[in-house]
Amino acid sequence: MALTGLQIYKLLPQTNCKECGHPTCLAFAMKLAAKQAELALCPYVTESAKAQLDAASAPPIRLVAVSCNGSKVEAGNETVLFRHEKTFYHKPGLFIRVEDTLGAEGIKTKVSEADSYLVDYVGIKLGVDGFAVEAVSGDGAKFAEAVGAVRAASKKPLILIAPTPEVMAEGVKAASGTQPLLCAADESNWQKMAEIAKSAKAPLAVKAESLDKLAGLTEEIKKAGVEDIVLDPLAYGYGDSLKTLTQIRRLALKKNFRALGYPIIAFPSNGAGVDETVLAAQHIAKYAGFIVLNTFDPATLYPLLVLRQNIYTDPQKPIQVQPGLYEINSPTADSPLMVTTNFSITYFAVNNEVEGSGWPAWLLVADAEGMSVLTAWAAGKFDADRIAKAVKSTGAEGKINHKRLILPGQVAVLSGELEESLAGWEIMVGPKEAVDIPNYLKVMWGEKAGSR
Amino acid sequence: MPITVEIPKEKWAGKVREVVLGATAADGGTRAKTVVVGGEATLPFLHFDGAIPHPPALAIEVRDRRPDDWSPLVYEAWGEAMNDPAEWAKAAEKAGADLIVLTLSLTTADRKPNTPENAKAVVRKVLNATGLPLAVFGPGQAEKDNELIVPVAEEAKGEKLLLGVCEDKNYRTIVATAMANGHNVSSKTPMDVNLAKQLVILIHDMGMPLDRIIMDPTTGALAYGIEYGYSVMERLRLAALQGDSMTQQPMIVTPGEETWKAKESKVGEGVPETWGDWKRRAINWETLTAASLIHAGADAVVLRHPETLARVKAMVNGLMSAN
Ligand code: SF4
Repeated sequence: MALTGLQIYKLLPQTNCKECGHPTCLAFAMKLAAKQAELALCPYVTESAKAQLDAASAPPIRLVAVSCNGSKVEAGNETVLFRHEKTFYHKPGLFIRVEDTLGAEGIKTKVSEADSYLVDYVGIKLGVDGFAVEAVSGDGAKFAEAVGAVRAASKKPLILIAPTPEVMAEGVKAASGTQPLLCAADESNWQKMAEIAKSAKAPLAVKAESLDKLAGLTEEIKKAGVEDIVLDPLAYGYGDSLKTLTQIRRLALKKNFRALGYPIIAFPSNGAGVDETVLAAQHIAKYAGFIVLNTFDPATLYPLLVLRQNIYTDPQKPIQVQPGLYEINSPTADSPLMVTTNFSITYFAVNNEVEGSGWPAWLLVADAEGMSVLTAWAAGKFDADRIAKAVKSTGAEGKINHKRLILPGQVAVLSGELEESLAGWEIMVGPKEAVDIPNYLKVMWGEKAGSR
Repeated sequence: MPITVEIPKEKWAGKVREVVLGATAADGGTRAKTVVVGGEATLPFLHFDGAIPHPPALAIEVRDRRPDDWSPLVYEAWGEAMNDPAEWAKAAEKAGADLIVLTLSLTTADRKPNTPENAKAVVRKVLNATGLPLAVFGPGQAEKDNELIVPVAEEAKGEKLLLGVCEDKNYRTIVATAMANGHNVSSKTPMDVNLAKQLVILIHDMGMPLDRIIMDPTTGALAYGIEYGYSVMERLRLAALQGDSMTQQPMIVTPGEETWKAKESKVGEGVPETWGDWKRRAINWETLTAASLIHAGADAVVLRHPETLARVKAMVNGLMSAN
């Protein structure tokens, strides 16, 4: 937790020697508290004061990275419990579990398919983040082989799941040159696991069935020299997972409780009678940093990837749609031309309704700085000038053989002005709500077109 | 060495109001059972912070006639039952629904404008077919809503229906008839904390008791603005727990309607191969939308597909067992 200027002042030499470029130690402390100066400017600060200041400025949830061949998955460094309070920063990594008993061919097939999977969502390419290789066999050599087989098929980051330090050591060797997450140290083996993690410079997951034990273990492991820690609280049901992950996040953020200030790894398929996809959805919204999925299935992965994208959208920066002329249901020259703003939700609502109606149409998305129709109109970002400009700049005129533009009902007041800006055009006032578009097109446009 | 971890607990000042849906014979209705929504004194399923007396209610949406443009997957799921609202409601009850949401259409099956007589007859039929509490929503056009909901409210006097949809531009008529006939109302506003609060205030100002108002803060489907609905719901629920009285209404949302109009659920052809198997994807779309909104504080979700209902129900059972 950040210290106040006075708290920092108490840690400084208090000699007012001015070498830091500030008139007094207090002035310097104030600048430090405001993050407008670097502690290194004071040559006299003691080692212990430095350590205290560093600890205080560390984020409440440590940022932990798992990487391989330049691609990296980071988790942690979150600052809020609810996304509206600021935003969630690091999307939980989605890893596909690969059991070492699958055989070389089986591994190759599963990993290659998942590795090459990429799906487009509003122009963003989404895919899996990596693979969690598990030593189900309990055999070091087999595990190493499996890690090798996964690496041959994918360059994505790895999680290594092994029951003992001996088996883990084999897997780590096979993963050398990468920074995998080692999963997991427990009460009985943490010393050896920590040694392996330390020499491999890899992050280490720690598991225990109570938060008391988990916190105790992370402190020991930290003392042993491993700082990049990930928590596995072994909470596998819907209810205990929500409770435990919430408690860990609260402890880290509200109490600055360092012993649990780490990202969390979740296994949504480990519980009996639990629906992996549904629990993974909870993990995305409620506080997991790494999620290991048993199955690779585009029909579940796509919705999970989209959910993750939605939940991790910065609420202060809503997704905007690229302004321009959009085609819906393969429009032709006599299809209707409709205009709306580039606020993503507005666009989606309109697009969805038109698409669902089956009517071919041209949708002109005007640049309204990402605001909804009414807000943009009130702010002067969706007026006759802007709409006329959009009609001209997108070449909409050339695509149609009529001169009719359908205006959102909420800005019906613009129609007079718009008829002046777009000479010779007929401005039709559309419905106020997107849901009424299908009916409007049927009745109002259907009449004009004289068909359908 | 284990460290004794002290779990930070929230001491909330307020809690969500309880609203009773449906009335049994003892209370002047004909329902076999009632459903209570709301009452939480904590954030969703954090039992260690406060009591959660009732699980979220899972509703199935039924139409007064076979809808024209639903997804083939939903037709496939309910089959012939969709031709008759009474059969459909029975099937929904059998599938495990806690509540039936009956939506009236603009037109009847023979394309004529819907009439008060027809609406009354359908509601009576559905009430006779199922013992579950019932919500009745108009087609969503102010004039038609009022024309149909008023006679329905009178016909089902004493059944403690949930009537809707009250919106800021059209709520007085529905609220008045709900008050006169002992029903509850749904107050629907477009994804905004203050608008949600305002409409509750307006409805309450007409004399409607607060324990008969449910609010629908509106949601988008997964990929279509779910994050807005999700955060508005989290904010409303936090405000309720912090003691802001006019946000303490239980919340209902309609993930079924929202997701089944999304291309990802609705259609199986002409979509990218990377979207995966149509049916699994479609049901995941509805399930994940509903599941996420339940985690954001929904007290009732209106669904369309029976498989979604089963999956969400299993989740709710897991979440309700004290953690
Ligand atoms: S250099 Fe250090 S001791 Fe000197 S004034 Fe600055 S803070 Fe104080």
